[in-house]
Amino acid sequence: MSTNWNRKDLLGLRELSADEINFILETADAFKQVGTREIKKVPALRGKTLVNFFVEPSTRTRTSFELAAFRLSADVINISATTSSLTKGETLKDTARNLEALHADILVLRHSSAGAPQFLAQRLKSSVINAGDGAHEHPTQGLLDLYTIREKRGKIDNLHVVIVGDILFSRVARSNIFGLTKLGARVTLVGPSTLVPREFEKLGVAVSNQIDKVLPDADVVNLLRIQHERQRKEYFPGISEYTTLFGLTKERAKLLKPDCLVMHPGPINRGVEIDSEVADGLQSVILDQVTNGLAVRMAVLYLCGGIAA
Amino acid sequence: MSAIIIRNGRVIDPANKRDEVVDLTIVDGRIADKSSIENQKTESIDAKGLIVAPGLIDMHVHLREPGFGHKETIASGAHAAAAGGFTTIVCMPNTLPAADNPATIAWIKDRAAAAASVNVLPTGAISKNIAGEELAPIGSLGQAGVVAITDDGHCVQNHELMRRAVEYARMVGLPVLDHCQDYNLVGKGVVNEGYWSTLLGLPGWPAAGEEAIVMRNILLAELCDHHIHCQHVSAVGSVRLIREAQARGVKISGEVCPHHIALTDEAIQNFDTNYKMNPPLRSKADVDAILEGIADCTLSILCSDHAPHAGFEKEVEFDQAPFGIVGLETELGIFIDQLVHKHHKIDIVRLIEMYTLEPAKLLKLDAGTLSVGAPADVTLIAPDLEWTVRTDQFQSASRNSPFDGWKLKGRAVRTIVGGKTVWKL
Repeated sequence: MSTNWNRKDLLGLRELSADEINFILETADAFKQVGTREIKKVPALRGKTLVNFFVEPSTRTRTSFELAAFRLSADVINISATTSSLTKGETLKDTARNLEALHADILVLRHSSAGAPQFLAQRLKSSVINAGDGAHEHPTQGLLDLYTIREKRGKIDNLHVVIVGDILFSRVARSNIFGLTKLGARVTLVGPSTLVPREFEKLGVAVSNQIDKVLPDADVVNLLRIQHERQRKEYFPGISEYTTLFGLTKERAKLLKPDCLVMHPGPINRGVEIDSEVADGLQSVILDQVTNGLAVRMAVLYLCGGIAA
Repeated sequence: MSAIIIRNGRVIDPANKRDEVVDLTIVDGRIADKSSIENQKTESIDAKGLIVAPGLIDMHVHLREPGFGHKETIASGAHAAAAGGFTTIVCMPNTLPAADNPATIAWIKDRAAAAASVNVLPTGAISKNIAGEELAPIGSLGQAGVVAITDDGHCVQNHELMRRAVEYARMVGLPVLDHCQDYNLVGKGVVNEGYWSTLLGLPGWPAAGEEAIVMRNILLAELCDHHIHCQHVSAVGSVRLIREAQARGVKISGEVCPHHIALTDEAIQNFDTNYKMNPPLRSKADVDAILEGIADCTLSILCSDHAPHAGFEKEVEFDQAPFGIVGLETELGIFIDQLVHKHHKIDIVRLIEMYTLEPAKLLKLDAGTLSVGAPADVTLIAPDLEWTVRTDQFQSASRNSPFDGWKLKGRAVRTIVGGKTVWKL
C-alpha cells in the first residue's frame, strides 16, 4: 500500500489535497487499462464485502460501483431505500451498524441528506464511500470528470471550466468546484441567478448569468441536469425559458472553441440543457465519462478498501 | 421562624440600584431587614468573594412535559435550572397536548408544585394547538396563570390573526412573545444561509426570514400599542430594526441566547447536530451586531432556549435532526465568560439585571429583586471561577449541548428558592 493514501473513507473532494486527488487519478490509470483486457478482473478486493447502500434512487452510479467492485473481485450486495429497514423507522445509524455487524468492509452510500456519509464514517470502522449526499458532494463524479478532462486535454491546470445549470442544488457542481480549483483550473458557474447565488464566488469561482459571453472562452463545458419539479417552481419559470437562456443548443455550440470538451453527468435531458446534436457530437465526451467512472471507482474502492481494518 | 444570613457577599440588586458588600437576611422565606431577626435559630452562609444576586430568571425554556418526558421532565428541567443558578423559569407551550388551554396549564402548575425545585411559570399558546389558525382562549389562559402568550417553536404567519392576538392580549394584560420566522422565506432551511450553507449544500435559513417577522411585530406593536417581545434574536437586521423602533417608542424588545454569541455557523461544518438550532447559528457580523445590541441595551434579556432532545433523536442525518440544544446549565457561564470577561460588552451588574429585573418587568413577576419582603430567591455567583462543562454531569435528562469540554470563567455556586438552598456546587 502506498504511503500516499491513508483514508478509509472518501467523503468529498473538499477535504482532499491536490496530491491525494492526483494520486487517485494515477491509480485510476492502471485500472482503466484493466478494463481493456480480455480478463477484466483483478483480485485486489477478493474476500471483501461491499454494500451498495442507496437510500436515494440511482441506477447509473450504483451500477458503476457494482461493476467496479466485481472487477476488483469483491462480493457485493445492494440495498435500496425500499428494501432497507429505514422505511420501517430504523435510524440510519442502526441500519449501518447492522451492516457492519455482518462484516461489510466497504459501505457505498447514496443519501438525500447532506453529511450522511460523514455521519456514518465517524461511527463505523468500515470504509464509507460517498456516492452522493444531498446537495453536498458527489466525489466520484467529480473525480471522473477530472479524470476525463485530464485524459482529453492532458492537464487540468489553467483550463477554463464552465459549469452550467442548477448549481445551488447540485452535489456534482460542488465536487467539481472543489476538485477543479485544487488542481488549478479556472471555474465559471453559469445559470439563473436563483440557482447560482453570488455566494459561490466565495468558493473561488466566477459566477455568470450570460452563457453566450462565457462559452467562447471555455475549455470545458459541463452541463448539469435541469429539472423543474415541485421544489424548483419558485427558482425559475420553466424548462423552455431555461433552454432559451441557458441550454447548449446547436446554435449556441457554435460559440465553442473547436477543442472545447462537452460534458454531462447524465442522465441527459435531450433538448433541455443540451441539444441531441451536441450531446452526440464530436466535442462530447459524455460516454467517456461513464467509462472513466468505472476506473475511478475501482481506484477509490481499492485505495479506501485497503485502509479499512 | 427560621432565619438565614448570607454574610460578606457583594449584594447586587439592580431593582434597587444596590451594589455593596453587605449581609443579606432571609426570614421565613422572604428577604428581611437584619433587625427583624429576634431569637430564632439562624443559619449563616459565607459569601465572601461571591456575588449575591436576586434569583436569576430564564424566560425561555422547554420543559417538554406533558408529552415528551423522554427528553425532559418538569422535575429534571427544574433541577437543571437550579444547577445553572436559576430560581425561576418560564416554560414554552409547545408540549403534547399544547399548553393552549387552562387544563394543561393547571396540570403543568400541579406538576411543578409537586416536583420542581425552582419556580416554574407557564406560558400559553397564541393559537389553538399552535397551528397558527385560530386564537387560543387567551383570557382563560390568563386566568389560569400564564405569564405570557407565545407560539414558540412556531410562528403565526397570518398577520391578521397575529394582530388580533396582540390586541386581545393587551386586554388580558399579557405580553406577547414571538419566535420570528417567515415560513415562506425559510422554507426547509436548517442552517444560516451564507458561505457555509453554500459550501455544505445544506438548505439555507436566511436572516431575512427572521427580520421580516421582527418588522411585522414592530408594525403590530405600534398598531396595537402593546408589547411584543422577539425571542432568540439572531440576525444583524433584527437588532437594527428593534433599535430603530425602540427609539420611536415602540413597545418591542428582544432576547439573546448564549449560542448566538458564542458560536458562528462555521461550527456546522462537521454536520454535528448539536450545532443545529432554530434560529440557526449565524455569521460573525451577526454575532458582532448582537453583542452591540446587548451593549447598548437594544437587547435587554438573556435566556437559554433550553431545548432538550434525546440522544437517539439528535443522532441522525443533519437535516432530519430536531432543532435545539440544552442551555440551562451552561448559559450563565457562557454569558459571564463572553460578555463580561472576553468582550467587555457589559459589566456583571448589567448582566444580572438582564437576568432578573428585565424579565421580571416584562412579565410583571414578583421576582428578580432583593427588596425587603420579596421572595427569598437568591443566586450566589462566583464571577471568576474557572470550570469545565461536562455534559455527562448535567442534571437535565438530555445531553444535546455543543459546549461539552468548554472552559468557562464564572458560574453560580448556590441557588436559593424561597429561602431554601435547592442546589449547591
